[in-house]
This record gives sequence, structure tokens and C-alpha cells, in this order.
Amino acid sequence: MRYLFGRLMQVGLVMIVVSFVSFSMFNFVGDPLSSLLPEDATAADADRMRDALGLNDSVMTQYGRFMANAVQGNFGISYRLKQPVTELIASRLPATLELVAVSAVIAIVVGVTAGVFCGIRPKSWASKTILSSSLAGVSLPTFVMGIALIYIFAVTLKWLPSSGRGGTVDLGVWKTSLLTVDGWRSILLPAITLSLFQTTMILRLVRAEMLEVMRADYIKFARARGLTDRAINFGHALRNTLVPVTTVIGMNIGGLIAFSVITETVFQWPGTGLMFIQAVGFVDIPVMAAYLLFVAGLFVLISLTVDLLYFLIDPRIRLS
Amino acid sequence: MIDTEKTSRLSRFLDNDMVWSFTHSPMAMAAGIATLLFFCAALFAPIIAPFNPFDPAQVMLWDGKLPPAWADGGLPQYILGTDDQGRDLLSTMLYGGRLSILVGLAAVLLGMVLGTTLGVISGFAGGLTDVIIMRIADVQLTIPGILTAIMINGFGRAFLPIEYHNQFAIYFVIIAIGLSDWPQFARVTRGATMVERNKEYVQAARVIGLPNWLIILRHVLPNVMRSVIVLSTLSFAIAIISEATLSFLGQGIPSTTPSLGTLIRVGNEYLFSGLWWIAFFPSLTLVLLVFSVNLLGDKLRDILDPKLR
Repeated sequence: MRYLFGRLMQVGLVMIVVSFVSFSMFNFVGDPLSSLLPEDATAADADRMRDALGLNDSVMTQYGRFMANAVQGNFGISYRLKQPVTELIASRLPATLELVAVSAVIAIVVGVTAGVFCGIRPKSWASKTILSSSLAGVSLPTFVMGIALIYIFAVTLKWLPSSGRGGTVDLGVWKTSLLTVDGWRSILLPAITLSLFQTTMILRLVRAEMLEVMRADYIKFARARGLTDRAINFGHALRNTLVPVTTVIGMNIGGLIAFSVITETVFQWPGTGLMFIQAVGFVDIPVMAAYLLFVAGLFVLISLTVDLLYFLIDPRIRLS
Repeated sequence: MIDTEKTSRLSRFLDNDMVWSFTHSPMAMAAGIATLLFFCAALFAPIIAPFNPFDPAQVMLWDGKLPPAWADGGLPQYILGTDDQGRDLLSTMLYGGRLSILVGLAAVLLGMVLGTTLGVISGFAGGLTDVIIMRIADVQLTIPGILTAIMINGFGRAFLPIEYHNQFAIYFVIIAIGLSDWPQFARVTRGATMVERNKEYVQAARVIGLPNWLIILRHVLPNVMRSVIVLSTLSFAIAIISEATLSFLGQGIPSTTPSLGTLIRVGNEYLFSGLWWIAFFPSLTLVLLVFSVNLLGDKLRDILDPKLR
């Protein structure tokens, strides 16, 4: 419980720091008056405006107002798109979340399978090949991987589209591309690109953990009891690697969101990451500030969820 | 013994068991030599490069988008072809690699100095100082480094009028990557410092009345340096990727003085028209560079600091 309390404190701290940075962006970068006042305005007009906007209040009062607005989901209007920022994020969010979800599934399935395989048969040539190519995977920047896939599958072979989401289906609040064939064809390349780095991380970790666990006494006893290889590998060994693996997967989902900024740019995927990069290019401060706050919130949520998952997975943590 | 007295510092260094394990690991040597080659290419770029890509007199716009020398339509003087502005690709890459390595080194240096200083202070002082510094590090570690770098860089640019962006781009990139990197150093050095702090030699130094800063500088710091060296190498690889990523996103080094990442971004725009070489050769160079540095870091870790995972 004390641990959980400490974590919550930390979460609060993260959010306060990030919201303050985000607020400073809003208030101190550029002059909000210049875009609001008519050209022939006098100094008295400017003063009146400043008063009306509350810019003469103390910093803390202004920060309080900013937070009150933020909590209500009000981040102002994008300079570039002239659209409320909250609406903008909401319309872009499904694309990013779907991309991250598909990549996470690929990374977990491929990473765990290959990791278990390499852990069980460390000496086979297949494991050695997988392992050495995984080091190359770590050295391959996301965007280079994306460009390579586009060049091979979209430009040369012309099998898959190189950009966009393909056809989408409107489910009311959520526009999904996972219900059309076209959408699946479009998500394949970006999802593989995004998952590559995480796959190698999960693979290496699962392999290391499996090697460690396979030496344990309870595995030998399980062998002596005459259990099948399958029961030993999956029922006993894999299960005991789950705690560290969950931590890393949790952290990696955060990584997926970070790297989605890059992948979305390479594939012109219409998600929040692409929106952010375009906002940075245009110095569209409301969008930048809101994205910062939004991403921080997301990360905090993920790391809390991972912590809570420990309690479910490992009864020993509950006791200590 | 006259022999031992004559032994120079250099030969004592070469006699070290760590140097022995390094020179007797083929992988470590290969990675070390490859990294060294990249550094030499960067250092001597103005001498090696067949053209000076920044000299307008040597750049022929009508020679733009030429394929490599061996392909149809390639000219023999442009070995790897030319980019969209008619600059010789090989020369531009040599200068670009130089810039990438320079930015990587500067960023790691910034992260290392900042992180190590804060980490050692944190571990040595303990108490409230420790709590505050480590909390800040924790907060920052919640968000992946590359995202922090993109944000610091983006917000840094936001404070400056657009016309100055290109001029100051390189400094923003260095600061952004360096600031995104320090918590790793702080964590590792703090841990190492806390171990050293309670050892007898530090207590002995205290007893003879040495001031804290001298103890830190002369006694603690040399003993945490191993971890710092390993971490710096691995961070250097990440810093190069980060710089390339920022430049690729159009948020980094401008295309007037391109880095490898900038070249890849430019090449990416021409990929669909079949001009594969502008993106391919810089990408290959980048991957090989990062791979050598990563491998070197991996081996150094095995040799210098097996505890570090």
C-alpha cells in the first residue's frame, strides 16, 4: 500500500511538472495579443484586452485557470487548423491507438514466441541466427526500417500501400480502419515498422529469462516427474518469466507511443504523432502543449497499470 | 629493478588485463576498428572527400540526381551519384557523417557531464538532495528519451522566430538530446557512488580531513568512471539515432549543411521516382555506424562492467 501511495505521489508530480511546462508554453511563447487585436488598436485597447484575458493576474492564478480549462478538455484553438485542439486530438486518436495496438500484438506474439524458442534451444543454429539479427534490429533506426519496407513492398513490388489509413468505417465516435481489407493492407507496413524495436527487446528479455528459469530446481523436478516438454516449457518456465516480461512490455507500449511519432511521419499515418510533428513545424503552440499533457497522462496511466498488473500476476508481491 | 622503473605509463596501460581482454576478443576489435574508421572518415572528411559540397563553384545543378558511377547514366567522378542539388553524394555523406558524429559526441558529453555530476552529488550527499535529484530523473524516465528530445527541440524552436531556426538548429539538437539523456548517467553513477562512499578508503580520506569536493573528484569519480565509459558508448549510438531521427522529421539539421538523417529525409522524397541511392547510401552508413558503436559498447560492457546488465 505504501508503495502504491508513493507511486501515486510520483504520478501527481509528473503531471504537475508537465502541466506547468505546457502552461508556460501557452503563456510565454509569442504574444497572444498580436493575433487577437485589430491592426489599428491603441495601447489602451491592448491594456483592456490584457485585462479581459486575465494576462495581468499573477502567474499562479493564470496557471489555475489553465488547469481548470485543461481538466474540462479545453485547450484552445489550433493556430494552423482553426479547430478546437480537443476535437483535433479526438479525431486523430483512433488512428494512433489502432496502430499501437496492432504493433503491440505483433511485438508480443513474435517476441515471446521467438524468445521462448531461443531460450529452450539456445544451441540450435536457428536461435543463433535470430539472436544475432536481433542486435542488428536494435541498430536499425525506425525511420530507416520504414523507408526500406516502403521501397521493397510499396515502390518495387507494389503489394501494399505506402501511406494513409486506407478505407475507414465510422462507428460513431470511433473511425476504425480495422474493418476493411484496405485498412488492414495499409496498417501492415507501419505496424511492422513500429513493432520491430519492441520485438527485439521482448525477444532478448524472454530468452534471457527462460535461460535463467530453465536452470531452476523446480524445472528439474518437473522433468523427473515425467511431465511433457510442453507442460514444462509453458506451464512452468514461461509462467515464471512473466513479471519482468510484463514490466518491459508495459514500458514498451510507452515506447510504441513515442515512436509512433516517427512511424506516422514516414507513412503519413493520420494519427496524433503526425499531428504533433506538423504542429512543431508550424509552431502551433496550443496543439503542442495539449499533446505534451496528453502523452504524459497516457504514460502515467500505462505505468500505473503495469504496477497493478504485478499484483495480479505474482502473489508474492501482494504479500511483501 | 631497473626494468620496472623504466616501464612507461603507456606500457603499463597496455599490460592491463582489460586491454588484454579487449585485444583478444575478435568482435570487440572489429567493432573498435570499424568505429575508429568512421571517426577517421569524419575527422579527415575535407581531405578525403572528392568534392566540397558547400562550395557553390564545385556544385553543378545540372549534374543533380545522377545515379552511382556503375549504373546507367552515372558519371565516373560521382562514385555514389549525386543528390537533388547536384552535390556529390559521397562527399556530402562524409561531411554529413562528420556532423552526425559531432552532434552525437557533443550531446553525449552534455548528458554525461550533467548526469554524472548530479548522480555523484546525489549519491554522495544522500538525504533530501538525493530525493529531489532522483525524483526529477524518475519523472523524466517515465517518458522515452526520443520523445523528450523531440519535445525539448520543438519547444526550443517555438521560442525562436522561424528565420533563426536553421542557424541554431544544431545547438537545439545537441541540447535536446543531451538533456534527454542525463537521467541514465545520474542513476548509474549514483548507485556506484553509494557503494564507494562507504568503502574504507573514502572514510580514510575523510579522517585525514580532505574536503568533500576533493574526495569526490580524486577518489569517488575515478571509481565510477568504468560505468560511465560503457554508458557513454551506448548513449553515443542512441544519440546518433536521435539526431538522425530529428533531422529526418525535419526538426533537426537543415539541408543546407545536411547530416546523415537530413540526407535520408531528402532521399525519401525521391524514393518514389526511383532515385534510390540518395536515401540508400546514407541509411547504410548510418546503420553501420550505429551497429559498430553498439557492438563496441556491448563488448566494453562485458569487459569493463559486467554488472551493468
